Amino acid sequence: MSRRPFTPKVVAANALLDGDAVWLTADDRWTRDMAEAELIEDEAVAEDRLIHALSQGHEVVGAYLVDAKATAEGPAPTHFREAFRTRGPSNYRHGKQADASRGL
Amino acid sequence: MYHYTEFDEAFVRERVAQFRAQVERRIDGSLTEDEFRPLRLMNGLYLQLHAYMLRVAIPYGTLNSRQMRQLALIADRWDKGYGHFTTRQNIQYNWPKLQDVPDMLDALADVGMHAIQTSGNTIRNVTADHFAGAAGDEIADPRPVAELIRQWSTDHPEFQFLPRKFKIAVTGSPNDRAVTKAHDIGLRMVRNEVGVGGFEVIVGGGLGRTPMIGEVIRDFLPQEDLLPYLEAIVSVYNLLGRRDNKYKARIKITVSETGIEEFRARVEDQFEQLRGEFGGADQELLARIEQSFAAPEFRTATFENFNAARLANPAFRAFTDTNLASHRAEGYCIVTVSLKAHGATPGDATSDQMRVLADLAETYGHDELRISHEQNVILPHVHKSDLPKVYATLREAGLATANVGLISDIIACPGMDYCALATARSIPIAQEIATRFDELKLEHEIGPLKIKISGCINACGHHHVGHIGILGLDRAGVENYQITLGGDHTETAVIGERAGPGFPADEIVPAIERLVGAYLENREDAGETFLAAYRRLGPDPFKAALYPEKETADAA
Ligand code: SF4
Repeated sequence: MSRRPFTPKVVAANALLDGDAVWLTADDRWTRDMAEAELIEDEAVAEDRLIHALSQGHEVVGAYLVDAKATAEGPAPTHFREAFRTRGPSNYRHGKQADASRGL
Repeated sequence: MYHYTEFDEAFVRERVAQFRAQVERRIDGSLTEDEFRPLRLMNGLYLQLHAYMLRVAIPYGTLNSRQMRQLALIADRWDKGYGHFTTRQNIQYNWPKLQDVPDMLDALADVGMHAIQTSGNTIRNVTADHFAGAAGDEIADPRPVAELIRQWSTDHPEFQFLPRKFKIAVTGSPNDRAVTKAHDIGLRMVRNEVGVGGFEVIVGGGLGRTPMIGEVIRDFLPQEDLLPYLEAIVSVYNLLGRRDNKYKARIKITVSETGIEEFRARVEDQFEQLRGEFGGADQELLARIEQSFAAPEFRTATFENFNAARLANPAFRAFTDTNLASHRAEGYCIVTVSLKAHGATPGDATSDQMRVLADLAETYGHDELRISHEQNVILPHVHKSDLPKVYATLREAGLATANVGLISDIIACPGMDYCALATARSIPIAQEIATRFDELKLEHEIGPLKIKISGCINACGHHHVGHIGILGLDRAGVENYQITLGGDHTETAVIGERAGPGFPADEIVPAIERLVGAYLENREDAGETFLAAYRRLGPDPFKAALYPEKETADAA
């Protein structure tokens, strides 16, 4: 039986208080900027990191593994759903895109 | 207008206080998310893609000016200054912070509103015809009955853990504006041969993964039997409904697997047992509720100024042509205020707009407002002589778009701009279609046409019953839009047929243009609507317009 080869991942979640999209960094912080996240290239590591993330219920909600790719700036989304989560909705400049323009 | 009794008020306040304590315990770490999640869902609080979302019930879509102002205040104080009205006659706030939600719920309770049973496997917000109590074609106002059902179903001890969510809609008019045939239970108020009022009861309708048009389980149910009969249906479903498979758990599957005959027999059986238990208390309650829904005192006045304004102002004339419906009282009309300005997000209203609507309702509309499942706001009782002033105020607030029932009056669910379940976006597609047909200046010529868009198979955007339905899907990591044709949400309800392969986002607007082009070319005359033409001609000319390459390939 052939298994699909492992593709690089990040751990994503939502922040407990405001529900904003967050990602797990290599030094165990939750960042609101996906480029700062830890890009996980190994399946066993990914599972470990997810278990760690799931124990962070006092800070985040609903942690999950999601595909990402390496770029010069750091990990970036490969699927449009996660890409939307790095920006915010497309009908208003709300969410991260607004925070970014305010220099946060 | 119905006012909550002291019991209601105490119940809602107690629930808010409980939830406040639960939120505190979640934040201080004494509750895990697994423990907290069902509690927040019971209070209408969802977690979406970018933030939490609070869903607030607007029972049978009815609001007064004070409630609308409070919705505006909540939007300003704890959200981003707007709210989103949904196809379930709810309002959703897209950006609440967890720690603020108890305050938001308290602010709602101040005006007799809440978010209870807007989630979970319970009987949800009871919806009704948005023209209820005003429509010229109405047999009776369905809202007292909707309120009776709301009271019966709220916190009903047996029905807090149904196999799946349960939605009831009521209409008091033969022209069904409440989509009763696509609800778990639909109720149509009817009169029998001797003129006695009762209900046609429809069961097992629903959209979503397995769309079905409901079937008539009882063609005439006397009014006084309503609650025991509803209780019988829900208890039979509670017993038979599948709990092993979420996708087969809705009553529509129970009815189709059991067969309507067998299901009906079980319900009638149960009904016989339950009937005595209600003992008439429900009818006394209904009589009290009916008093608070007494029609306002309509005035008699002339309205030459209305006719004069129509002659003098083409924009006003266009507005009155599309956005008015006939009222049961002489000299009055029902005004639908479109929340579909071309290029805007369907169903969104800013807090300023909400306040303008509240002021208009208070000054010119007997203090009543309605939210339609088509995501518009209704001023149900406006005298025609006041309409020029109402129009001028709406216009200043960006609320005078003359497009009700036209191609740009699109239903769109939040889709992947907000919704965690979405497979694609809905809002930008609605915005682009509306903007495009506004540029073409064609929509009045096209006439009545309902486009409905959902961002996933759950079909909150009612795409199956759109004349043109659009379903957003994820096809190999790209947004893709599937078209259905010929759907109908009214008393002649039909599930639309899939037209063929889907279109990528940048091809959907041209595809819709081709479809509409085929309609304009093939219609008998301007009086034949898109749906009528589709019914006469069948799908072929429309499919040919959608897939011209295939046509040429087949011919070659
Ligand atoms: S149809 Fe799907 S995407 Fe749209 S609101 Fe419902 S669940 Fe969300």
